[in-house]
Amino acid sequence: MSGVLGLAAVLATLPLIFLLVHLMREGASSIDLAFFSRMPKPVGETGGGMAHAIVGTLILVGVAGAIGLPVGMGAGLYLAEQRGARLATSVRFLSDVLNGMPSIVMGIFAWHFLVRPVGHFSALAGGLALGAMMIPLVTRATEEMVRTVPTALREAALALGYPRWRTSVVIVLRTALPGIVTAALVAIARIAGETAPLLFTAFGNQYWSTRLNEPIAALPLQIYEYAKAPYDEWHRLAWAGALVLIALVLIISLLARFVTRSKHGGVGD
Amino acid sequence: MTSAVPAAPEPAVAGPPEGSTTLEGKSIGDRVYRTLTTAFAVAIPVLLVFIAFEVIAAAWPALQKFGLSFITSSAWDANAGQFGAAPMIYGTVVSSLLALILSAPLALGVAIWLSEFAPRWLRQPVSFLVDLLAAIPSVVYGLWGIFVLLPILRNNIMPFLATTLGLGNTPFFSGPAYGNSMLGAAMILAIMILPYISAVSREVLMAVPRSQREAALAMGATKWEMIRDAVVPYARSGILGGVILGLGRALGETMAVTMLIGNRHEISASLFAPGYTLASVIANEFAEATNELHTSALMACGAVLLVVTLVVNAIARWLVWRVAREPKS
Repeated sequence: MSGVLGLAAVLATLPLIFLLVHLMREGASSIDLAFFSRMPKPVGETGGGMAHAIVGTLILVGVAGAIGLPVGMGAGLYLAEQRGARLATSVRFLSDVLNGMPSIVMGIFAWHFLVRPVGHFSALAGGLALGAMMIPLVTRATEEMVRTVPTALREAALALGYPRWRTSVVIVLRTALPGIVTAALVAIARIAGETAPLLFTAFGNQYWSTRLNEPIAALPLQIYEYAKAPYDEWHRLAWAGALVLIALVLIISLLARFVTRSKHGGVGD
Repeated sequence: MTSAVPAAPEPAVAGPPEGSTTLEGKSIGDRVYRTLTTAFAVAIPVLLVFIAFEVIAAAWPALQKFGLSFITSSAWDANAGQFGAAPMIYGTVVSSLLALILSAPLALGVAIWLSEFAPRWLRQPVSFLVDLLAAIPSVVYGLWGIFVLLPILRNNIMPFLATTLGLGNTPFFSGPAYGNSMLGAAMILAIMILPYISAVSREVLMAVPRSQREAALAMGATKWEMIRDAVVPYARSGILGGVILGLGRALGETMAVTMLIGNRHEISASLFAPGYTLASVIANEFAEATNELHTSALMACGAVLLVVTLVVNAIARWLVWRVAREPKS
């Protein structure tokens, strides 16, 4: 029986291995300096890169972080400190519900809130959709990390006459920081690859743009666009883009693990 | 990865004694801090209500015009101004359920193997690999699906099912094998939700108390009997919660499904036929929606999806929480 179950484990990991191997084979040869530094070429011409999309993704992630991190961390602190409060219980539940919300619904929300009234797509709307997705991830992780801080530490600070808020900010938050950084990185890795919320918010852009109130390119959107198109040259770029995107996500995830391990001794997943 | 882990049981650590300290409420800093964190916490329910409000507002023109017939009708004609989401609802439900049927047994198998049988040195790397499945962006699954999975489906799996197994005569596996199909979407979904189901099941299985296992072994059960009769039943509702959580993911999954399902407004019994889901119709048609009503009909699909996933997720969380609490009471 253990053999059958072991086989299930092998079967479950096979798609991942196939996918990664295929991605390396198709994408690696197209990755060069031009891919990172050039703009896309028109149909029919070879070469070109995705510089604008890479920068666009970084900007979108930045906006999302500016929205998702403070709210998530604040709410996480509240949940950890007011553990038994009725509000905490419902917020905890609702943040799980928010976490389970389909990403395209976040896109609709940001579209109706920020795109429709203004009349044009914008990086800000894309960032809002991604930021809203980040909030529950950061909240729950912050709560868990803050809880791992020993009560004795908190009590010691209070006994020394520290006000509660300074105890929380200086002692508790500082101690839990590596764990929270990990959580933030994991959340960023999750949203960096999202496409659906960006379809009608950030929208994508064939040209260079870093403005927040204009449509902006993003790596996932560019991959989707190129994958659908009937041109081999674009497919080649789509694979390269996918490889860069996965590399980005994996590097952030590994960084997260490294941050946790170096200071916090095995907290996190 | 982290997101897949359900609400952990609360550790019994007492905070500083509430209200007994004279420090409470004295400093302005305390009040500001308390107000600020409370405000951020309240922001979550507010955001949730706001999202629901915005989505329903976006969907309102279509919902108002078609009412209940939006859910039951399968007419979808942008020029005639007729919109009904029945094929999309059908496609969403069928692709997700099929994905569950393919994924849940495998995920449960992995979870049981990892929690009960895996040698210590293999446990960590295998869990990591399975969790990694959840880290792959949806659009990359779609890309891989188009260029790798669909050709395999078209050339190998579909002919095998239809001809070799002789299932081609049944309505479920009939019709031409294009590749783009309900089956293709379900297969990619199965891969995508596996890590979620498996992570929750693993957590729940590991939370089964030692005494439960030892009691079974003391009664003379073999290891397999112990798992079957003592461990899995104990974790049953948590595992069910994990499966429903996976279902919630599958229902709302957009990109990979849009790229593989074929995008056609038709209800067909055959899994070889192309279909549509609530999420993929929004992704696929938004750019070409020319009039207000068409856009609103797409948003109404989003509203239906929102309601369905909210209900499914609430059920799942409740089931997982129940298990997490049980040992205490």
